[in-house]
Amino acid sequence: MIDKIANSASEAISAVFDGATVMISGFGEAGSPVELIHALIDHGARDLTVVSNNTGNGHVGLAALIENRQVKKMICSFPRTADSVVFPELYCRGEIELELVPQGTLAERIRAGGAGIPAFYTPTSVNTPLAEGKELREFGGRSYILEYGLKADFALVKCRAADRYGNLLYNKTARNFGPVMCMAAECAIVQAEEIVGAGSIDPEAVVTPGIFVSRVVHIADPASENRLLKEGRRYP
Amino acid sequence: MSRDIKGWSREEMARKVAEDIPGGSYVNLGIGMPELVANHIPEGREVIFHTENGLLGVGPSPVTGAEDDELINAGKKPVTAIKGASYFHHADSFAMVRGGHIDICVLGAFQVSEKGDLANWSTGTPGAIPAVGGAMDLVEGVKTIFVMTNHTTRGGESKIVPECTYPLTGKGVVSRIYTNMAVIDITENGLMVRETAPGADREYLESITDAPLTFPSK
Repeated sequence: MIDKIANSASEAISAVFDGATVMISGFGEAGSPVELIHALIDHGARDLTVVSNNTGNGHVGLAALIENRQVKKMICSFPRTADSVVFPELYCRGEIELELVPQGTLAERIRAGGAGIPAFYTPTSVNTPLAEGKELREFGGRSYILEYGLKADFALVKCRAADRYGNLLYNKTARNFGPVMCMAAECAIVQAEEIVGAGSIDPEAVVTPGIFVSRVVHIADPASENRLLKEGRRYP
Repeated sequence: MSRDIKGWSREEMARKVAEDIPGGSYVNLGIGMPELVANHIPEGREVIFHTENGLLGVGPSPVTGAEDDELINAGKKPVTAIKGASYFHHADSFAMVRGGHIDICVLGAFQVSEKGDLANWSTGTPGAIPAVGGAMDLVEGVKTIFVMTNHTTRGGESKIVPECTYPLTGKGVVSRIYTNMAVIDITENGLMVRETAPGADREYLESITDAPLTFPSK
């Protein structure tokens, strides 16, 4: 019987190795898999390349992973937000690398990586500093640059409901990068607020089909990053 | 030159932008001042707001206590979803943007050039942390780009310039600029003033604008 349900967050992320590329879902705090990230901090894998839209807030979740010096490089679109303190400090000291990618290009690079498309042309960032050094080509009189698909060894994703096949439903704007990251990762690890019986998600409504998911862990009452932030919490 | 002319308020600017958005449009509002535009769509006109983090049909801000951490806009502020809204993942969201499906985007600016070049993501200061978000995708993909900004910086420098000195977001992408002093079209013949704020006459506007302006002949 296929059963992707893991017993705990630490079991679910146990295969993450030093030097791995890890995609982490979330846009700001919406969709950030806080419990999986904290399990990765406990686990201790280092020299990670992390792909995520932002760089975390305060001293919890992704920011805590960075603060614990497990991340050597961030690939993201918006590394400074109001509550981001850890990344800016390390970046200014030259202690973490940054690859800045426009948000839509980031999403499409991840989608392409998951869809077996090695590279694609996009008009985004043409004539800007972010296009420097990239191949330029004209189609129909308009300029485009070449961007490469992104793959990862692991994805850490938060969703609302999952079944044992790994079929997923998300919650509102917490969906954001989750579906494409599941596609692009060799091993997509998902924390779900609810585990439902196989067959209880309407096949017409499945957002991420289980083929893209390797492991699911039940986190019934996930931490609100906002609340952790307001309480001034730190992890560990 | 430094006459004390206040010009339009932010809300008045937002109303001017809103009045120029046709019914039935799909619209993306940038972070900050452009967010005000949503409050000023004329009664009876239906406009659908897109936020690039995965929602079509952004509604008003929730009442205090009803905020949902997982229902936010691109500025990471809590929002609501209208009846008939849809959620989608980031690659679909930017397919809407890059694929030319969004009609109008309203963005803020550090600088706009007379040719419609926009700089709004980096001042190029050494040591600053670069952050681009979705701005470059929006300017290349959305059919019409409106800029909404104060006419000058806090230091009194013109934001409307012959050439941007800050790193570009996109080249030749802006159609119209709404400032606290004027509404200005970017045309093949340069900057065409459509409307001016009370007290902001030709002489005053020219004194606070670094790029040449054309005024309608009356």
